[in-house]
Amino acid sequence: MTLWSNFKRTAKAGFVGFWRNGFVSLASVLIMTVTLFVFGTTIFINALLETSIHEVESRVDINVYFTADAKEEDILALKAKVEALPEIALPVEYITKETVLENFRKQHENDEVTLQSLAELDGNPFGAVLNIRAKEMSQYEGIALFFKDVQSGDNGASIQKINYYNNKQAIDALSRAVNGGRKIGAAITIALALLSILITFNTIRLSTYVARDEIAVMRLVGASNRYIREPFVIAGAMYGGAAGLFVLGLFYPATYWISSSVGNFFGGLDVFAYYINHFGEIAILLIVSGIVLGSVSSFLAVRRYLRI
Amino acid sequence: MIHFDKVSKIYSDESVALDGVTFSVGSQEFVTIVGHSGAGKSTLIKMLLLEEKPSHGTILFEKFDVSRLRRRDVPKYRRRIGTVFQDFKLIANKTVFENVAFAMEAAGRTDEEIAADVPHVLNLVDLRKKIWNFPHELSGGEKQRVAIARAIINQPDIVVADEPTGNLDPVNAREIVEILKKINSLGTTVILTTHNKDVVDAIGKRVITMEKGKIIRDDKDGKYAL
Repeated sequence: MTLWSNFKRTAKAGFVGFWRNGFVSLASVLIMTVTLFVFGTTIFINALLETSIHEVESRVDINVYFTADAKEEDILALKAKVEALPEIALPVEYITKETVLENFRKQHENDEVTLQSLAELDGNPFGAVLNIRAKEMSQYEGIALFFKDVQSGDNGASIQKINYYNNKQAIDALSRAVNGGRKIGAAITIALALLSILITFNTIRLSTYVARDEIAVMRLVGASNRYIREPFVIAGAMYGGAAGLFVLGLFYPATYWISSSVGNFFGGLDVFAYYINHFGEIAILLIVSGIVLGSVSSFLAVRRYLRI
Repeated sequence: MIHFDKVSKIYSDESVALDGVTFSVGSQEFVTIVGHSGAGKSTLIKMLLLEEKPSHGTILFEKFDVSRLRRRDVPKYRRRIGTVFQDFKLIANKTVFENVAFAMEAAGRTDEEIAADVPHVLNLVDLRKKIWNFPHELSGGEKQRVAIARAIINQPDIVVADEPTGNLDPVNAREIVEILKKINSLGTTVILTTHNKDVVDAIGKRVITMEKGKIIRDDKDGKYAL
């Protein structure tokens, strides 16, 4: 008998078994739907967490203030040097002393005394500013040290202030919070994934337990272990695939409802938009996870009844 | 064809299912094994089917030692033995056709062979009209005839029937015995276990009597003697 006709036969047996054991199949699909829903929720939790963390990270920066008499070419040379550093998130923003003055005026446009005092001064009292962002929170200290070195070097007199040291405590606290957030996200994902695997395995084990007499009869009439196992593995894959599809369908109204109820509350992420924009990846992840979980669980569950 | 040589099955000191059993069954023979419940009949059948292994002794099928078979060769060995049980052991969610066809599928037979042979065998056991019924839609006698059809579909060397009439009324029991006798007359070895006196007397062939895990009589043209 050819491999193809053997496959057709076992696939048909798997489909027929799935259909005829309606109640067991339905119960298995429902329980797998719940576990895959939990598993799918971790995708959204991680997306929310990443967006929130990114939001926090994007608010952290270092400003390097130059003296008013610092030469522009020196500042631009330093900017080019900084941009070459691997830990810098490009671009490095250069704010000219004229822009700083203009911004100051705008900020104090209702403060006559300050503006009059400014007018009495000769020329522009402000220096230029470099605004720098790091790729990772943990890299700010290194960048600040780089500027500290420059400050204590030959041309260092032109650097007036590095604001990192004023904000160090806040940046460190945020950095710890971001790292903690990522660790919590990873722990939740692992815990929920393990829970899903355990619940799925036990569900399939119960559905296979119901069929233990059937398996014993199959062995007695001389069916090989492989021939007995394959239809169960196919039925398990069908439980997982069907549950994956259900969950995918459930997330549509669920994410829509969350989005319309809480809007962009979670760090600016629209959960429904995220679901729609990542539909392909989420669909593949859920359905493939379901199929793999279902078939592997069936494989392991049947093995127990195939020992001589 | 089959030789049990000093076969024992000991679960614990207090529980000895078989105690040094020795006997042979020749080709095309019809052997009835009788004994009260707990005499060791079913244990003997389980060991022949390799559902259990002996604690001591050897079981030879033709020339090979059954308990030394490699795991992957066990299904092939079992296909040479057709089995019929008191509780029928049909697959509940398969139709009559599918139950019988399963034995052929397991033996790797083609769809064409299955389509030709299954209706033919079901005809022999007078179940042509119930071919698409599920086991729960059949009477006890009909279920047992499906089990017999499944047992003989691959033309095995031997048919083992463990208390096949235990759950049947006398009329159905007689029918099953007649079918088994017919199978034997066509050249298949039959081993039957029972504690039904009428069945044993109706067959009138070799009778092995067991008690407490031992063979106490082996009569060539035996009658029920317990």
